[in-house]
Amino acid sequence: MLNRRSGLLAILVLSFSFLCSFPTFAQSTAANDKQQSAAIAGLQMQVADARSSADNAWMLVSSALVLMMTGPGLALFYGGLVRKKNVLATMMQSFILMAIISVLWALFEYSLAFGPGTGFIGGFSNAFLRGVGLQPDADYAATIPLETFMIYQLMFAIITPGLIAGAFAERMKFSAFVAFMTLWSIIVYDPMAHMVWGKGGFLNASLGGRFPTLDFAGGTVVHVTSGVSALVCALYLGKRAGYPRQPMLPHSVVLSFIGACLLWVGWFGFNAGSALAAGGLATSAFVATHFGAAAAAIGWSAAEWIRNGKPSVLGAISGAVAGLVAITPAAGFVAPMPALIIGLIGGAFCFFMVAKVKARFGYDDSLDAFGVHGAGGTIGALLTGVFASSVVNPIFRDSSGHVLPSGLLEGNGRQLLNQFVGVGIAWLLGVFGTLLILWIVDKTVGLRVSEDHEAQGLDLSQHGEEGYYWETPA
Amino acid sequence: MTKVEAIIQTSKLEAVKDALHEIGVEGMTVLEVRGHGRQKGHTEFYRGREYTVDLIPKIKIEMVLPDDLVEKSVQAIVGAARTGKIGDGKIFLTHVDEAIRIRNDERGETAL
Repeated sequence: MLNRRSGLLAILVLSFSFLCSFPTFAQSTAANDKQQSAAIAGLQMQVADARSSADNAWMLVSSALVLMMTGPGLALFYGGLVRKKNVLATMMQSFILMAIISVLWALFEYSLAFGPGTGFIGGFSNAFLRGVGLQPDADYAATIPLETFMIYQLMFAIITPGLIAGAFAERMKFSAFVAFMTLWSIIVYDPMAHMVWGKGGFLNASLGGRFPTLDFAGGTVVHVTSGVSALVCALYLGKRAGYPRQPMLPHSVVLSFIGACLLWVGWFGFNAGSALAAGGLATSAFVATHFGAAAAAIGWSAAEWIRNGKPSVLGAISGAVAGLVAITPAAGFVAPMPALIIGLIGGAFCFFMVAKVKARFGYDDSLDAFGVHGAGGTIGALLTGVFASSVVNPIFRDSSGHVLPSGLLEGNGRQLLNQFVGVGIAWLLGVFGTLLILWIVDKTVGLRVSEDHEAQGLDLSQHGEEGYYWETPA
Repeated sequence: MTKVEAIIQTSKLEAVKDALHEIGVEGMTVLEVRGHGRQKGHTEFYRGREYTVDLIPKIKIEMVLPDDLVEKSVQAIVGAARTGKIGDGKIFLTHVDEAIRIRNDERGETAL
């Protein structure tokens, strides 16, 4: 689009200077030609600069939006769902990742995820952010500094492990949390990000992967990996003391409500930002994201209304989050109407997982990290293979540059298989990577708090403070 | 002197307070409490799971009154707090031996 515009500009400039020069200098000199091409080159550079500034502005805003999803978004969403003796510890689990993962990312994790390497993981050539400067890397994003790309991707690496915390809320030691998350980020997240988005990645759709998986903003990388790992954690750690006999109600749906609304807004940075530019693709991802969330809030609420007789606020906001999860891989590949369908299915499906499947099997996925992210991510990634449209995003081309069909409905049935492969790898990596890490942490620092500490609450036992101290001695 | 403890619906506090002021009650202590009698609570749904909340928020009013005010205050509370449904609450009366005003050591009914 912008290239066409800069071409148009060049033609205008050419014809203008040609018309001006024609009457007086019919025998147009070589010097004049040189001047003109210098002017055109200057203009082209200005156009490129302007585009780069526009894209970079959007990407920096998107980076900030995605960070906002973790703190305060996820921290409030999860914090409100736990009992009040655990509110601070739960919020801290989100917040501390903003610090830990950032440092690791700068030291070597960016390199492992996005540096050159094998089809499965990057190497160490970008460790300490060597070579990550203001020059763009055209393989990732041709118009923004690589450093912007790096900081944007960091925000994804922060929120992904944060999502898992919902599964083992109210019972993991803080020391174990730090150890687990550090290892998880390196052993599960970095390889998965590299496979789907990294240069030479095994599943990379735009850079010629073996099984090109369509995952626009992280349905597999973020939500399937974290959701499946969450289920493994819930099973490995076991239930909270007293579950399910003793009621463990959310201590403040109000906090969760604010958190969910911040997540919805932040998700525009997450999905539309994944266009890595401020053009039409970002708009299309933005629109799909919004419609997915809206339809899913209705999907969950309707299912709940029919089953329980009342549509709850917690249900409506959980539905919106489920829809945002489900639309994450699809945004940027699907048109608005399929986005509504994906959202509606995602919302109802996640309600079913949370209300029926969890109760049937009896695992204590405390805040439904698996029920929402694992289930929503899986269904969203598969539906992406159905609804992906080459009109929205012409990602597959043949050798002569002709656009090939994207999803099943366009006649590319193979894509559904690719989506299954991508989802399957995310499941396998999530299950086995997490089992290994849990085993290591269990044998070294130990995973669970003592029974006494669990009864006392993690705020006091792990952090020595309380979230609400309302007695005010005068 | 008699201690009057009335457990009432939270929504009836203002009406009961007004009724007591009208018959000349000058002081009371109000507590937010939770409990249940025959009214067995209600159910709540969180993410599709049903929870029974059997301890319901109530208001408890405590007063120590001179004996000539006791029956009138009981009538006032009953008149203001009754809806006729389960969950309206209860009133308990207890004899009180002594009352002391901390400010000036006054004792008995003058301390009330």
